[in-house]
Amino acid sequence: MGLEEKIPDSIILTTLDKMVNWSHKRSMWPFGFGLACCAIEMISSFSPHFDLARFGMEVMRPSPRQADLMIVAGRVSMKMAPVVKTLYEQMPNPKWVISMGACASSGGVFNNYAILQGVDRIIPVDVYVPGCPPRPEQLIEGILTLQKKLEGESVKDVRDEWGRRST
Amino acid sequence: MSTEQKELTLNMGPQHPSTHGVLRVIVTLDGERVIKARPVIGYLHTGIEKTMESKLYYKALPCTDRMDYLAPMSNNLGFCLAVEKLMEIEVPEKVKWARVCLAELTRLNSHLVWLGTHALDLGAMSMLLYAFRDRELIIDVYEACGGQRMMTSYIRIGGLSHDLPPDFEKKVRRIIKEIPAKLNDYETLLTNNEIFINRTRDVAVISAEDAINYGLSGPMLRGSGVKHDLRKASPYSGYENFDFEVPVGSKGDAYDRYKLRLEEMRQSLRIIEQALDGMPEGPYRAHVPGVVLPPKEDVLYKMESMIFHFKIITDGFKSPKGAVYQGIESPKGELGFYISSDGSNKPNRVRVRPPSFVNLAALPKLTEGGMFSDVVCAIGSIDIVLGEVDR
Repeated sequence: MGLEEKIPDSIILTTLDKMVNWSHKRSMWPFGFGLACCAIEMISSFSPHFDLARFGMEVMRPSPRQADLMIVAGRVSMKMAPVVKTLYEQMPNPKWVISMGACASSGGVFNNYAILQGVDRIIPVDVYVPGCPPRPEQLIEGILTLQKKLEGESVKDVRDEWGRRST
Repeated sequence: MSTEQKELTLNMGPQHPSTHGVLRVIVTLDGERVIKARPVIGYLHTGIEKTMESKLYYKALPCTDRMDYLAPMSNNLGFCLAVEKLMEIEVPEKVKWARVCLAELTRLNSHLVWLGTHALDLGAMSMLLYAFRDRELIIDVYEACGGQRMMTSYIRIGGLSHDLPPDFEKKVRRIIKEIPAKLNDYETLLTNNEIFINRTRDVAVISAEDAINYGLSGPMLRGSGVKHDLRKASPYSGYENFDFEVPVGSKGDAYDRYKLRLEEMRQSLRIIEQALDGMPEGPYRAHVPGVVLPPKEDVLYKMESMIFHFKIITDGFKSPKGAVYQGIESPKGELGFYISSDGSNKPNRVRVRPPSFVNLAALPKLTEGGMFSDVVCAIGSIDIVLGEVDR
């Protein structure tokens, strides 16, 4: 078209979607919120040995108001379930959820009266990370999978009250 | 304008960065001073004791890993010792020594996580990173043994799940060589650090008398100057063969408990070294047909072993009627397993005496009358794991 030749080098043309997704992807702030055993592996993945900061994830936010990624790390008991739901609702849109470990994904070995059989019964989950507990590498892989998933999102998406793209 | 004094009730947790999980504390304040602090537990109630009742003895073992998930091997050990007491199984010498070695590695692991998180709560962020870095050395040993980083279930009824891995000694020797220097590094960062001393000296004090009355155990009890350690008081798994000191504190404040835990780590290293030096040769499982799983090599080549293996995995073993209690000195205190059996192949009731739960009961005593910011220090210095408190 010849338009690109006219603009100076300091200007890059892109689409709004690409720009927004890129920034979401590279500055995702996880909610520092641990429930059980998986929380220790979650801290391990932030620790020097595995260093999640390499993927733009180093800022753990202790408050849900400043976070956009919830990592449900550990078993969710019936008493904790309403709390988890409240915390999720307190997070600003857009937001994503990783269910870390067997317990959060499906109840794991605890198929009993006390444990919620999968956190997806109360909040929507984007990525499930298997393992009991998952290795830090697995969690990192889960986060990278989520980052890939983000690339398909668009600012024009209609979102429901839970901040999810309605299909 | 009214200057009337009013009490303020604050809710801390269950989602709070420094409650070490999902503890909730309802604190009543007069200004900055704590009048009342009431821990609310149960946010991680998993029904582990109930689940264990419906499982065969072998299959109940993995549940114990998930109680105190910072010290999985200690939990395995406690449960296995209790079942072995019930079934009157004598384990080979090598198993005893290996178990002691692993239990002490677990103590190091648990204390390292405690050190990192406690210091983080008090503002020393880098300690968390250092402690988690050094913990990986121990996690490597776990992984080599049980194939898992945390939930190993490596210590089994009547022995171990596999023989010790070939590079076990090399890996543990590396820990013995490297950790003491790291401990000295921690001491340089914290022991004479003015901020750390101000945050922990004379904070969360409990007297020896109160500590005994509250039923505290482990570093919480010894920090107040009571020299009670189950490894010395009623030795299990061959602890009587090892030469080590039981460090005690004097004032019973958070700083004493910090010093004591660091010293305990040094003593653990001593025990690990002795265990490695004196590790006898021999089988890694007791030979009790029909009760203890036969070694995997035999299962593949011997008919009887295969039949026993199949029988034990599907039906378990019948236990004699009766009840046993076995307490061990876990990193957090006295961890006890009470197993009552009605003669079937499943435990009738498993009751766990969790040290964190009992120690947490002293939280009001530790915090009331102190400053609000010290509640965090008190929770940290008790060293709770909510998985064990709520079970």
